[in-house]
Amino acid sequence: MGKLLTEDKSIVIPGEVLAEGMDYLPSLGTYREDQNIYAKILGLVSIAGRTIKLIPLSGRYSPKKGDTLICKVKDVTFSGWMLDTNCAYQAMLGMKDATSDFIQRGADLRQYYDLGDYLVCTITNVTTQKLIDVSMKGPGLMKLKGGRIIEVNPYKVPRIIGKQGSMVSMIKQATDCRITVGQNGIVWISGAPENELVVIETLRMIEEQSHLSGLTDKVKAFLEKKTGKKLQGE
Amino acid sequence: MVYKKRLNNRGFEELRKIEAKVGVIKRADGSAYFKMGETWAYAAVYGPRNLYPKFLQDPSRGILRCNYNMMPFSSSHGRVRPGGSRRAKEISLVTEKALMPVLELEEYPNSVVDIFIEFPQTEAGSRCAGICAASMALADAGLTMKDMVTAVSVGKIGDKLLVDLDYSEEAFADAPVADIPVAYLHNSGKIVLLQMDGLAKKEDLSKLLDMAKKACNELYEIQKKALKSKYTETKVIE
Amino acid sequence: MNDALKDHIKLLLKSDMRLDGRKPLEIRKPLKVEYGVVKTAEGSAKVTLGETEVIVGVKMELGEPYPDMPDEGTIIVGAELLPLSNPEFELGPPGIHAVELARIVDRGIRESKAIDFKKLCIRKGELVWTLLIDICPLNDAGNLQDASAIAALAALKETVFLKLEDDKVIFEEKTDKKLEVKGNPIAVTIIKIGDSFLVDPSIEEEKSVEARLTVSSLEDGTLCAMQKGEEGALTKEEILKMIDIGIEKAKEIRGAL
Repeated sequence: MGKLLTEDKSIVIPGEVLAEGMDYLPSLGTYREDQNIYAKILGLVSIAGRTIKLIPLSGRYSPKKGDTLICKVKDVTFSGWMLDTNCAYQAMLGMKDATSDFIQRGADLRQYYDLGDYLVCTITNVTTQKLIDVSMKGPGLMKLKGGRIIEVNPYKVPRIIGKQGSMVSMIKQATDCRITVGQNGIVWISGAPENELVVIETLRMIEEQSHLSGLTDKVKAFLEKKTGKKLQGE
Repeated sequence: MVYKKRLNNRGFEELRKIEAKVGVIKRADGSAYFKMGETWAYAAVYGPRNLYPKFLQDPSRGILRCNYNMMPFSSSHGRVRPGGSRRAKEISLVTEKALMPVLELEEYPNSVVDIFIEFPQTEAGSRCAGICAASMALADAGLTMKDMVTAVSVGKIGDKLLVDLDYSEEAFADAPVADIPVAYLHNSGKIVLLQMDGLAKKEDLSKLLDMAKKACNELYEIQKKALKSKYTETKVIE
Repeated sequence: MNDALKDHIKLLLKSDMRLDGRKPLEIRKPLKVEYGVVKTAEGSAKVTLGETEVIVGVKMELGEPYPDMPDEGTIIVGAELLPLSNPEFELGPPGIHAVELARIVDRGIRESKAIDFKKLCIRKGELVWTLLIDICPLNDAGNLQDASAIAALAALKETVFLKLEDDKVIFEEKTDKKLEVKGNPIAVTIIKIGDSFLVDPSIEEEKSVEARLTVSSLEDGTLCAMQKGEEGALTKEEILKMIDIGIEKAKEIRGAL
């Protein structure tokens, strides 16, 4: 016996009852107590078959292995760099993972990446204590030059990127800007000043409306109006 | 003297006018204000974030730090000296203890979740308004919370039992007064804050706790509406 | 050290543009002043400047006058950089930035003679009113300085005297005697980044500031207070240019009161 007390795409608050009975299974963002399933974050309901999970609407980034981040060099040690990841946990980039070049022991590491540099890197390991190891060996991983950095809600990153990158591609196409999106909610934008602003406005719009339907069309219309470009796409 | 009538003809179990809104401090990770009558609480949550100095870090879980503070102009009497009194420190502590039971801080080892509760205006029931605001701000910040926390003050003046005492009632001089702030976890109905100033019998207390739970259920609905309306208000795009 | 943010700010300024799309001498919108928001204060105001929000409250206190000014009351301005308003603010007593903020606001009000301190005297040599003006930021998105100054002036304009009976304050009753505020001094902070002067700095611009000048002026353009901040050095011509900007922009801000 089971009764669903909510529906897909509803917004629920912590402690709200989502289902009664043992028929449904609690997944991410939910928990079972006695015979009921409750929400344990402020989130968007997502029901798949008998599983109820919640998509977080806000919160700080939670580091995961394999994620691509944009980090800022905070400190340089004798064997690597300490990076600010825009969450409660720092990342460590070791000499041997920094670049495809060979770095000599005793070399001045600031010649490679200096304090204040922004790096695109990938998480290779997260310990239980949330110590993060990153690497810059791989395609698309590099030091960013020029451009500007903005912070977005990390839980909106999937919508910003879109299915197979379709959303961010549409924004790039409309504004002629280079854009790199980090899973940690850091976005790098580089292009003509007015176009960079259009990108930022678009990202803010996606952040505010990500839980509503018809977002892709709204974004397409917004970009066409702001840039005067006709866009292909869905 | 018997306490006959409340200010503005309020019913004995009636709450003051409540106003609640979420996302009011843009720089914070989560925020809310909660107004109960003329008591106005702002809460801002920052975290989980880095915790310095390092020796304060707990490797098994994040720590919660609550700070309750009255702005200097928030009292209808004289100016409140900034710097936090002993009273403020105690309220910060009991507020922290009231919110801890719903949080799952093991998810954030070595970090801190900071809650700042500030009052531009107070008129009795401030710690309760603060807890209601803080609970909303924590949810707004996306923290893992098993339930919402609500709080209200209940009490007794003469022979009357009442809910949500205002300043004139707290300070009533012509009959014995009991002032009892209570905080509840909404689903389980468990009590996470209980304090008392004054005189009351055990039987009264039992009734008062039930009255408090009823009032807290109303407060919960207001919290729920405020949290959801941040996302259901459609925005106009130009 | 790499300062990508400052480099980008300078690059945008070549096109006369700022990070948020404003022109260099453009003040953020909205600029909103709400009067009397705090009922427990004798006077109060909440100012919104872009996303920066500040509340200022005025409380009155009885006291003895200073011996060298027996027929004058005075003002004391305090500011606390509340950690509620900015993730970088820490708990604790006001640091040097909070002190500077308060003193600049104080200077603008005091030196402009916006308040006649003699009108705060109750009995010469014995009893005067002191106005305690407290600045509390709610959200710091940059330029707390100017937002606080506007809020302080607005709060003073709303201030009503407390009732006095036998030299004791009766808190339960307010009089309807309003405090007289003249001259409307307005503070404008102008910053220098590279070769450009910007008004109403945002949080990111504040991080890249080379020099700053806060200019307080009256309705007729008379200067009443100034403060130069940060580490950069300024030429005389630059200072005079910044003062012109300050007086011009003050006229615009005054309109919002």
